[in-house]
Amino acid sequence: MKIDFELNGRACSREVPGMTRLLDLLREEIGATGAKEGCGEGECGACTVLLEGTPVCSCLVPSVQVIGRKVRTVEGLETSTGLHRIQEAFVEHGAAQCGICTPGFLMMAASMCESKEPVSAESVRESLAGNLCRCTGYQKIVEAVVEVVVDATH
Amino acid sequence: MTIGQGIPRRDGYAKVTGSLQYVDDLQPEGCLHGATVRSPVAHARILGIHRDPGFDWEGITVLTADDIPGENVVYLMTRDQPALAKGVVRHVEEPVALVAAPSRTRALEAVKHVRLELEELEPLLDMEKAESSPIRIFGEDNLFKTIEIVRGDVDAQQGGRLIEGVYRTGHHEQLYIEPQGMMAIPRPDGGLCITGSMQCPYYIIKGIGSFLGPRFEEPGSIQVVQAATGGGFGGKEEYPSMLAAHCALLALKTQRPVKIVYARDEDLRATTKRHPSRTRIRTRVTEEGRILSMEVDFLVDGGAYNTLTPVVLSRGVLHSTGPYRSEAVRIIGKAVATHSPPNGAFRGFGAPQAQWASERHMDRIARELNLDPLELRRRNLFEEGDLTATGQRLVQPGAKTVLEAALQASSDLEDVRRPEHPGSGGDSARRSRGRGVSLVFHGCGFTGNGEARLKGKLAMAVEQGRVRIYTGSTELGQGTDTIFPQIAAEELGIEVDLVDIAPHDTKQVPDSGPTVASRTAMVVGGVCQKAARALREAVQAHLGTKGAFQHLLGDPRIEGLRVESQYVDDGRLQWDDQTYQGDAYPTYGWSCSVVDLTVDLDTGEVLYERFISATDVGKALNPVLASGQIEGGSLQALGWATSEEVVLNEQGGMRNDRITNYIIPTSLDAPEMHTVLVEIPYEGGPFGAKGIGEIPMDGPAAAVAQAIENATGAVLDTLPMTPERVLDAISEGRLL
Repeated sequence: MKIDFELNGRACSREVPGMTRLLDLLREEIGATGAKEGCGEGECGACTVLLEGTPVCSCLVPSVQVIGRKVRTVEGLETSTGLHRIQEAFVEHGAAQCGICTPGFLMMAASMCESKEPVSAESVRESLAGNLCRCTGYQKIVEAVVEVVVDATH
Repeated sequence: MTIGQGIPRRDGYAKVTGSLQYVDDLQPEGCLHGATVRSPVAHARILGIHRDPGFDWEGITVLTADDIPGENVVYLMTRDQPALAKGVVRHVEEPVALVAAPSRTRALEAVKHVRLELEELEPLLDMEKAESSPIRIFGEDNLFKTIEIVRGDVDAQQGGRLIEGVYRTGHHEQLYIEPQGMMAIPRPDGGLCITGSMQCPYYIIKGIGSFLGPRFEEPGSIQVVQAATGGGFGGKEEYPSMLAAHCALLALKTQRPVKIVYARDEDLRATTKRHPSRTRIRTRVTEEGRILSMEVDFLVDGGAYNTLTPVVLSRGVLHSTGPYRSEAVRIIGKAVATHSPPNGAFRGFGAPQAQWASERHMDRIARELNLDPLELRRRNLFEEGDLTATGQRLVQPGAKTVLEAALQASSDLEDVRRPEHPGSGGDSARRSRGRGVSLVFHGCGFTGNGEARLKGKLAMAVEQGRVRIYTGSTELGQGTDTIFPQIAAEELGIEVDLVDIAPHDTKQVPDSGPTVASRTAMVVGGVCQKAARALREAVQAHLGTKGAFQHLLGDPRIEGLRVESQYVDDGRLQWDDQTYQGDAYPTYGWSCSVVDLTVDLDTGEVLYERFISATDVGKALNPVLASGQIEGGSLQALGWATSEEVVLNEQGGMRNDRITNYIIPTSLDAPEMHTVLVEIPYEGGPFGAKGIGEIPMDGPAAAVAQAIENATGAVLDTLPMTPERVLDAISEGRLL
């Protein structure tokens, strides 16, 4: 099946079986390996990407669902003007350790930044609860996200 | 000045842009995908390995033990563990055959069509029966190792009260978010390049050389390159050698690159876990709570093969008194073999199990003597000049300092109740709050003569007007690649941006020893500082000047100048490996955990509110990375405390083999963390630094148990303290 979609602002087209996981389409067919596979069943969040601005686990999305739609991955966060502020905050706060969960957290946090809904410091932990990290104890991730997202939505 | 600065990590940019490549991100041309055929049972005779004639085997390679060119062993400490079972399987999920196929899907399909003809044998799965069982797995008595430590005469102590307790812990899974993965690439010269997720590149060379045959015992025939590694925590210390053996065998036979990346369920079922333990402690204590004698009987389940078990046992027994003095000590530790998947390294390495027991036992003493648990600890904690179980005289022990620092930090914080979790029962739930405190110590670096035997090396060179560090110590997220440049820059008096670190590739870097045992910053970091000094001297000698290094670095005449330094034993540590007496560790770290939590009295669920710790780190080389280690390690320990339970099936395999049902904490489960870094410098470490990687794992679980006891009166001596166990303990408490 022909999958035409928009990836990080660019038109993209691949011929794959429609039920191919979006994660495999990105990683294996396109070579965009930023999204990671940690569990393959939507539990760890390492494969989180934005589909029309909404965070989804790309291991649970069949490619057929992205036809004609916009997908954004960690590769699309940095622009010609530099890193996204959530990326900068992750570096400054020490929110990335081994880094394997980082792309997923960043996409989740980026969607929170861009959401029109006001986000409170208290709700950040709840919003991030679908992304697992085993290195940081979440403390520095929460600090980084609170700094950027609460600021952005207030 | 860069030491003591929380500079951003070196690989930060690559990690936040997704450009860093982990092994599964590498897709070389023509790469095959490997997969593993595993035993479904714990113990069986292998009668045959059959390919389903109805399956399309075109393009698929199947290999068994008969295809191994060398010795069928993945070598670490002993030669007992085969890479592929031959004749008999000794644990469920043991590798029996390998397949390689052009795609992962095809490889996994092929695995399903390899049929194992097995004659099941009775398994031995209960570690407490291993020593007396007629079923033999290892040696004459199923004992991988026995260690006895005796100091003073326990039987000569009189008076006071004898207090005895038994404490248990279950398996514990590292759960690095990146599953294990490895790739082997045949080289045109007949050698092999191995790359993947690992802690110890040189272990792989040692582990698979004789397996691949004499040709691969030649230096340089196997090159190992660490790929970006998505967490290890000990889980990628020794198991990667198994994966490397499998990839290498498939790559040699097919002459193609072969990659094996485990799916999460396979990783959970097949790879090593923290050893389950049972600790019996008997102490004689005066009515005022002074400990006169301690007897400890420590037992761990090693699983079917030796792996690192004797060393885990060693660290366990050496920490089994906790940070407390006693006139007389008798410790017996045993590690037994069972038909279970081998257990292995996991952050803390025996010390968390041992100090779960010692801290719970302190609470038992306090309970029985009706003393305040904190006061009991204050009366017994190690002070200057006290002797450990092995007779090591302690210099500047930090037990009291960290205890008071953590208590001070907790009382300085406002008592803010954490907002309700959504779905946590709301106002109608019956809840009780409690606080718990625990105190632990942790020996930094290898035990006894370990470092003196190993002599870890590190090289440093001037390249293009910059300094470059060459080390086999790997970056796992803990920050090696950032703090080593900080150490070198500080010593050389140059900007840290002028220091690079070479890829962890055995073709380029010397063997710095494994990246384990809280030894990288303290021991190899010390070698790094020494190498920096040597480089400065070499540069000055070369140029015939005593000028400052920063002014000499740009001189073209020193381009390519290289020095190599290694750990040298200064002879101050005296250790007897036979009697287990002497200086067990070069120094110790100290840590106090304070946890505030709420117990739901209807469900037994524990909600963490706040976690405060004070940890003696010697010197925080990079406080952001240091506190990151402590926060992350502490949350792993909090998970072990209440939610992380490995449920076993009748074959000794992991039944809950998914992240859905093996429950690690989320951001919502994690408490707010307040981390105090206490600095009691260790003169043998770079700028005073001690090892800190493991100590955060040792104390939190016991603090949680004490907090639950404070909140509910329920006494729990077995980990994990799942809601079911907490509810049971609460109802037992009511009956008493």
